[in-house]
Amino acid sequence: MLEKLLSGPKSYYLWLLFLLCVIGLCCIAYAIQLTTGLGVTGLNRDVSWGLYISQFTYFVGVAASAVMLVLPAYFHHYVKFKRMIIFGEFMAVAAVVMCALFIVVDLGQPQRAANVLLHPTPNSVMFYDMIVLIGYLCLNIIIGWTTLEAERLQVDPPKWIKPLVYLSIIWAFSIHTVTAFLYAGVPGRHYWLTAIMAARFLSSAFCSGPAILLLLLFVVRRLTGFNPGKEAIHTLATIIVYAMCVNVFFYCLELFTSFYSNIPGHMEPIHFLFYGHGGELAWVSYFMWAAVIMAFASLAILIPPQTRSGKYLPLALIMLVLASWIDKGLGLLIGGFTPNMYESFTAYMPTGIEITVAIGVYAIGLLVLSLLWKIALGVKRDVGNFCD
Amino acid sequence: MNGDRRKFLKVAGLSAFALTSGLAGLGLPTKANAQLAPGEYGHGDATVHAKRWAMVIDTRQFKSADDYKPLIEACHKAHNVPDIPGDKTIKWLWLDTYEHVFPDDMNEHMSDRVKGAFYPLLCNHCTNPPCVRVCPTQATYKMADGIVAMDYHRCIGCRFCMAGCPYGARSFNFYDPRKYMKEPTNPRFPTRMIGVVEKCTFCAERLAQGLQPACVEAAKGKILFGDLEDPNSSVRKALAANYSIRRKPNLGTQPGVYYLI
Amino acid sequence: MYNARPVCIGIVILVVLLTAPFWVGLFGKNYTETGVQTPTNHEACVEDADFMRAQHMRLLNEWRDQALRNENRTYVAKDGKKWEISLQNTCMKCHTSYKDFCEKCHISNSVSPYCWSCHIIPTEGK
Repeated sequence: MLEKLLSGPKSYYLWLLFLLCVIGLCCIAYAIQLTTGLGVTGLNRDVSWGLYISQFTYFVGVAASAVMLVLPAYFHHYVKFKRMIIFGEFMAVAAVVMCALFIVVDLGQPQRAANVLLHPTPNSVMFYDMIVLIGYLCLNIIIGWTTLEAERLQVDPPKWIKPLVYLSIIWAFSIHTVTAFLYAGVPGRHYWLTAIMAARFLSSAFCSGPAILLLLLFVVRRLTGFNPGKEAIHTLATIIVYAMCVNVFFYCLELFTSFYSNIPGHMEPIHFLFYGHGGELAWVSYFMWAAVIMAFASLAILIPPQTRSGKYLPLALIMLVLASWIDKGLGLLIGGFTPNMYESFTAYMPTGIEITVAIGVYAIGLLVLSLLWKIALGVKRDVGNFCD
Repeated sequence: MNGDRRKFLKVAGLSAFALTSGLAGLGLPTKANAQLAPGEYGHGDATVHAKRWAMVIDTRQFKSADDYKPLIEACHKAHNVPDIPGDKTIKWLWLDTYEHVFPDDMNEHMSDRVKGAFYPLLCNHCTNPPCVRVCPTQATYKMADGIVAMDYHRCIGCRFCMAGCPYGARSFNFYDPRKYMKEPTNPRFPTRMIGVVEKCTFCAERLAQGLQPACVEAAKGKILFGDLEDPNSSVRKALAANYSIRRKPNLGTQPGVYYLI
Repeated sequence: MYNARPVCIGIVILVVLLTAPFWVGLFGKNYTETGVQTPTNHEACVEDADFMRAQHMRLLNEWRDQALRNENRTYVAKDGKKWEISLQNTCMKCHTSYKDFCEKCHISNSVSPYCWSCHIIPTEGK
């Protein structure tokens, strides 16, 4: 099936070339970071994790979200998803690759990364995170490739793939749960010390991941004519709106517990995120308020069935993705660290180099995604499972 | 799928399995137990021992921030701690106000002496250290005598320990520390390298030579250091006779650093 | 398989190239050819010279783990002599010249251990 990569329109090659150039440029930024040290980032002694780890967290969610296609298709035999499923699985592969890279660029001594395997430490959540991510990557590659191969040959997928698919469904929940445990298990970080963290992570993943998938598929539809199917889109949009409602509800639960209990440590991070410190808004406060507005605006479009399937769907999805990205990709880490261990405030803002490196990882993820989707689209076109 | 490819996949799968299981074998403890050196390892003759080292800081005897200066200097000199300006700095022993050191115990009407004074901060060498719990490589670990130590050779710089420590006791080498020192202040002690986390060690290397920790020595009796498990030790006597507090006791970490207020 | 021959030859070339460092390493320089200078005013190292030559890196790793994790900071050698476990303060006390000792072999054999990014090389001539 790899031969599908070798033929394509000029725009396909230009796109790959563009991505490679971006990756090359961003590698320079990473080389600077590698030689000068993480001092080139906005991180500091009090805010010791930042953009990289938050992007890692966000993309674990995107990876896990493939389950929102796999679960209905395999547990409920919802056949309309079958055409689209491979794109979810391949997006999960690209997302896990990005997660791994975000961890590597965050390490102070990346050449020692193998120490996690050489000195396995069962009491560390990070150890489990590494295992579940590698496992999830393998599962999705094997399942995706095998089912696509079967589709190409127009036969049923081999029987042994079924147990792996069921395993991958449970596994998807585990990867984001374990990622939440990275945060929810440390004492003294009030914003993270909440039992609902894993549930919040899953709900935000299950709305934002499928939303990203749908948006990307809309782009693909425009470029290639591939159509995931009207009903499939509608069903996925319904799943997204349920997950988003749960996500917003969970965040409100956090607000209630923090403010009704009136415990300063629990109120401070949220207060800082929305109102800043000392009467001055922090830069992240603007983002947080924008996230609130976009979250409710997206719900306003998505909840009524008429508008959900209308022309504003892409707009709603974009707002939803941005809102969830701000909550998890900015607020989570900044809220956890900025009211620091001394109950005072240390600011953090990512630097240009930090953002450039992150863009590089995004570009690598897009490259992996483009190549995998190119294969999938080629196969779908050959066997005539391309549009209605 | 034709036969050849199937066969190839089988072979490839088997070799991948063999490779990964070989890798897993590396981590098994059986191998680690075999000693390479023909000789024997042991403690030095001069080493001072304890079941659980602990520190009692009599903050009443320190009149101002300046009184702590020689302690910090002694510590940072003994361990080649670089002087990095800004918020990416390295600190093993440093000062802060009551409000920041004991945020849970603060009330605005307490005496000016307590509220206005500075208090020394360092690694608490907890009985239940969260940093050890979260470290994915065992680069930080608790030793038999209660000291929470670090192996800088193994640290991958993931900074999970910094997120885990509720006391902010850990510093990360954002830069090459040697660029921030003219020359190492203590040629008998190593520096650290770029990209690893570091912190106070309760001067394990000095205890091995029968010496007290550098800050304790410099404090000239105002800081006590001893075995918490020994009822006759200086620290136990001081704790029995005085009112003492610890930082964030509600987190269950059981800090080994006590403050007499 | 299509084009079996060129593919196989290609795979062989790739494997040889990828493993090249190991092959080149086999033909690395013998220690006598590197110009390494052992201390003149001391008779014996911690253990005998053959052991040290072959195993010093593993011994140092073991010393590190024993000293840092078990607080075993003393090593009693086979001959009963006691040594303080310390690269900087024990090894380098006799092997005073980093340039003529460590570096000679390491450079000829393309080894670059990171000992000295933390441990301090004693000033020579003291």
